[in-house]
Amino acid sequence: MLSFILRRLLLVIPVCFGISVVVFLLIHLVPGDPARVMLGLQADEATVAAIREELGLNRPLPIQYVDWVTHALRGDLGRSYLTDEPVFAAVLGRLPATLTLALAAFAVSLLIALPIGILSGTRPYTKADYGAMVFAQLGVAIPEFWLGIMLILVFSLYLRWVPPSGYVSLWENPVAWLQHLILPAVTVGVVNGAVLTRFLRSSMLEVMHQDYVRTARAKGVAERRVITLHALKNALIPTVTVIGLQFAFMLGGVVVVEVIFAWPGVGRLALDAIARRDYPMVQGAVLAVALTFVAINLLVDIAYAVLDPRIKY
Amino acid sequence: MTAGSTIPAPGRLREAGGLSSGPLERLGDLWGVLRRSKLALIGLAIVGVLVVLAIVGPTVAPYDPNDLNVRQRSLPPSLNHPFGTDDRGRDVLSRVLYGARVSLQVAVIAVGISATLGVLLGAVSGYLGGWVDELIMRFTDILFAFPGILLAIAIMGVLGPSVTNAMIALGIVYTPIFARITRGSVLVIRSEVFVEAARSSGAAAPRIVARHVMPNVVAPIIVETTLSLAFAILAEAALSFLGLGTPPPAPSWGRMLSEGRSFIQDAPWMGIFPGLAIVLTVMGFNFLGDGLRDALDPRLKGVFDSAKDRG
Repeated sequence: MLSFILRRLLLVIPVCFGISVVVFLLIHLVPGDPARVMLGLQADEATVAAIREELGLNRPLPIQYVDWVTHALRGDLGRSYLTDEPVFAAVLGRLPATLTLALAAFAVSLLIALPIGILSGTRPYTKADYGAMVFAQLGVAIPEFWLGIMLILVFSLYLRWVPPSGYVSLWENPVAWLQHLILPAVTVGVVNGAVLTRFLRSSMLEVMHQDYVRTARAKGVAERRVITLHALKNALIPTVTVIGLQFAFMLGGVVVVEVIFAWPGVGRLALDAIARRDYPMVQGAVLAVALTFVAINLLVDIAYAVLDPRIKY
Repeated sequence: MTAGSTIPAPGRLREAGGLSSGPLERLGDLWGVLRRSKLALIGLAIVGVLVVLAIVGPTVAPYDPNDLNVRQRSLPPSLNHPFGTDDRGRDVLSRVLYGARVSLQVAVIAVGISATLGVLLGAVSGYLGGWVDELIMRFTDILFAFPGILLAIAIMGVLGPSVTNAMIALGIVYTPIFARITRGSVLVIRSEVFVEAARSSGAAAPRIVARHVMPNVVAPIIVETTLSLAFAILAEAALSFLGLGTPPPAPSWGRMLSEGRSFIQDAPWMGIFPGLAIVLTVMGFNFLGDGLRDALDPRLKGVFDSAKDRG
């Protein structure tokens, strides 16, 4: 197991290298002169030249890259052009909000997918199952940002149960924190819950036809026990991988939903930075989300190996 | 995964296993199989209506989508304006109809780019193997290391909002999945006897790939293309919603939603109808994709899933 974890860790290195290259190259995708685009047409040539110098845009690409990476490894991702804030600190400051939202949304999606998936997987082609599948099909087709707006419309503007947007720190006021968290978490959670429901259903369906389930039933094990102890446990193994991948992909949804709910996470940071052409900040935010994504995938792979002893590495 | 389409038609069970019925032959009988899946038919109907609307939209739209009319601002749905009017007095129904054209155009071209690039890369990768394969696969790994929408946002963020850039950004994001699928299928086909026969009779590699390998890879690619279209519609809407996709005044669904967001309390129809259009379109492509998958290759069930499954 240890050697598997070590080998899996080693595999992360080339991926991180690739990510760093893509993120580094982002600024070179800017049409024309990045320094000029950032500062606008009014800026005088001297300021533009200074920025170009600071970004190292005059030097050959490979040297720029090595320079950028060595700085990045030391936690130096440059400075924002507007606030002069160090990018690394800004991104790190926003990451907890993004992760909180992702975790909350993840919890919501499990709360939705586990009961519905098990129910429809054990009672296929019944009315309840069709209902669940209609939900799942709708869920995968609804854009998160639209669902978010609709939830705001119903729960904030008409019913006035929760605030439409904003963020309150947990330490300041836990109740207000939860009130602000609930709508964005449900928005992302419902969509991802739909994906998980579909997967868990088919996984359960498959497991329910296995010999060991038949054996358990033949032995006279109560159906409830058969489902929870024999079927669910096995159905969950492939689901863990999907859950993990889904969690990682949820980061994409979170990025978009943050904008609607004025949630101060990395996604909003990135989009604000894009609007202000603050490219170093864009790079930092994209790097942070991509690295989180890789970290989650790594954890999922390890969890999978721990959960399923049949898999030899 | 979609109820009703899960059971392959009786006649197909026999064929699915044997090489005698290649996916191409199954393609010919596509309609026969699709017809048996209610969901696929619904999907086909939705997509068909949508394509027709996108083509004839300008002639059936009751108003000019960009016609400002200050005296008709924010009118609720009525007989004159079935979907109401927006904050500038533009007819929402007309804008939704024109939006279909924009959304479909971006989605089709973006997926076209990724399918072309991806299939080429995947075929080369799978057929040649060795370091070429290694290089291409590491490249796909890197693109897979980003949540798709984030990569699209980042690319659009630096390229700047335009329809062409949206097509390029989404095209890049979706290339690796096509490369992977093609490579996987090519690897399987490459070792088949008929390919070996072609090789031993002296056929050149490009010819073998084009004549013998590709026709057998078509099925999963058609499925993936359909499901990718659903993803691309969603992603284009998200980009436009964030102000990174189709620039104004072109009526795109995502942009209409972001405009409607500010008036959600006073004129909710501004946001509701473009959203419904997106949901319906994505469902159409997902249903059709699921149905096609079941029809073309029952063994592929569970390998693919609808757009969102991959984010």
